[in-house]
Amino acid sequence: MIVHRLVTFFFSKAVNVLDLVVKENVRHGDEYALLRLSPVKGRMPEVLPGQFVMVDVPGCRETFLRRPISINYADQRELWLLIRRAGVGTNTLCDLPQGAVISVVMPLGRGFSLDVSGNVLLVGGGVGVAPLLMLGKRFVARGVDVRFLLGARTSTEVLQLDLFRQTGETHVATDDGSLGHHGLVSTHPLLEQGAIDHIACCGPMPMMQAVAHIARQRGINCEVSLENHMACGLGACLCCVEDTVDQGNVCVCKDGPVFNINRLRWT
Amino acid sequence: MDLSVQIGKLRLKNPVMTASGTFGYGEEYADFIDLNRLGGIVVKGTTLLPRQGNPYPRMAETPSGMINAVGLQNKGVEHFVNEIYPRLRNLDTAVVVNVSGSTVEDYVGVCERLAGLKVDAVEINISCPNVKQGGMSFGTNCASAESVVRAVRQVWPGTMIVKLTPNVTNVAEIALAVEAAGADAVSLTNTFLAMAIDVERRRPVLSSVTGGLSGPCIRPIAVRMVWQVACAVSIPIIGIGGIMNGRDVVEFMLAGATAVQIGTANFIDPQATVKAIDFLDDYLTRHKFANARALIGAMELE
Repeated sequence: MIVHRLVTFFFSKAVNVLDLVVKENVRHGDEYALLRLSPVKGRMPEVLPGQFVMVDVPGCRETFLRRPISINYADQRELWLLIRRAGVGTNTLCDLPQGAVISVVMPLGRGFSLDVSGNVLLVGGGVGVAPLLMLGKRFVARGVDVRFLLGARTSTEVLQLDLFRQTGETHVATDDGSLGHHGLVSTHPLLEQGAIDHIACCGPMPMMQAVAHIARQRGINCEVSLENHMACGLGACLCCVEDTVDQGNVCVCKDGPVFNINRLRWT
Repeated sequence: MDLSVQIGKLRLKNPVMTASGTFGYGEEYADFIDLNRLGGIVVKGTTLLPRQGNPYPRMAETPSGMINAVGLQNKGVEHFVNEIYPRLRNLDTAVVVNVSGSTVEDYVGVCERLAGLKVDAVEINISCPNVKQGGMSFGTNCASAESVVRAVRQVWPGTMIVKLTPNVTNVAEIALAVEAAGADAVSLTNTFLAMAIDVERRRPVLSSVTGGLSGPCIRPIAVRMVWQVACAVSIPIIGIGGIMNGRDVVEFMLAGATAVQIGTANFIDPQATVKAIDFLDDYLTRHKFANARALIGAMELE
């Protein structure tokens, strides 16, 4: 109760439309950018690891809808969005100059479970590592033993490696073998043989499917973060549905984006 | 400023409602706006039995719009009556239930179930492009549109709005037919039948191949259709189609709409409805209108 009061004192109200200003745009190679944003006025709302935001793409004639972007890191003053150039919308976001103001609906969705124990492995691929940084920091703060397994095509695309290493034991797999294990994260010895009680995973669909498959075989509890196409992010448009074992079609934006693999039909 | 308007027996505190399927049951937007400020909430399409809707993917972004193929996913009228309605009845805004079906009996069944409740109106959806049976097919010819409206009229004494499809040769004809069959108002337009292809994969974007186009890209066509229907019928018209802001609300009312529904805009700006109400209030003052009703059909032709 006291914790809750402190939280509501330090953060602004629940879900909101906020204007955020770009404090810094840090390029990661040709394909990625990290936007460090802060509110034009007031404080940031409280954010849980694995939640996402809906970003309006400013001044872009070719986009209409907001873009869902997962939260890389957030505190009372800042929001970090790690973005991959996937199309015209994310291209525009990756090119935003310092001082640009964007409209953001946040925080949205249900994040990763925090109430876990034992050996926890956070598995990320490509830009999918984004939500795992905040999740890892939160686990460490709770005294949970956290390890990271990060995958990428090549060494220069292993994003935020230093920040992950500062947070916990970090293993890397690259498709070309330029850093760490040579091959997919799903063939990393840690995933196949290491002592693991819980996995949180975010990345390309084939990667999540492979990780979920191993988790299922080894009887490891596993959560994945989905990125189905959505229009609203609020559970209203019903476009981003995922077929679940227990409730049929549910909204990824509202019921997810994080799901236990036991609820999903594709695992 | 008096913003109130009349739709059948229903008095709306202002002309701005939300469009079915874009606003959930209202609760999804309670974090962003005071729902009691709205003229009305049209809840999502409700059918007699639960529907899972179409498989994913259901959405394609288009220039100034989007195509959806949700396919009337809902938990059925019984769920609405028991779980949703008790939460909505305490709101100080009109609650309109959008009713869909595959057969005439489906529409009648849903309306019978709703008849005992304090629902302010039903909106009979004979215009959904995303279902295999019924839906839009009822709204594309006069005889089948009339048959649904006549049957519902027998069991629903309250205000009946009929939601029309733009996917017809002459929308005014259909509007006249449902007016004659006993509708208290028409709402138009539902979405335009459309499709998008992923050219790299050479496959349709939507699981159902075709879907319904909404957003500001359809607005000029919807304004034209509202104007054509306004010239033909004497019952009130609720204008729908790509309204993004208060200016667009005024445009539909000038064309002859008594009220409007804001839909897709809610996805982009969850506060679009209340901003539009504020704009309308200010517009009426600036242009020295006595009230919102004076704006209906006030476009000047020479």
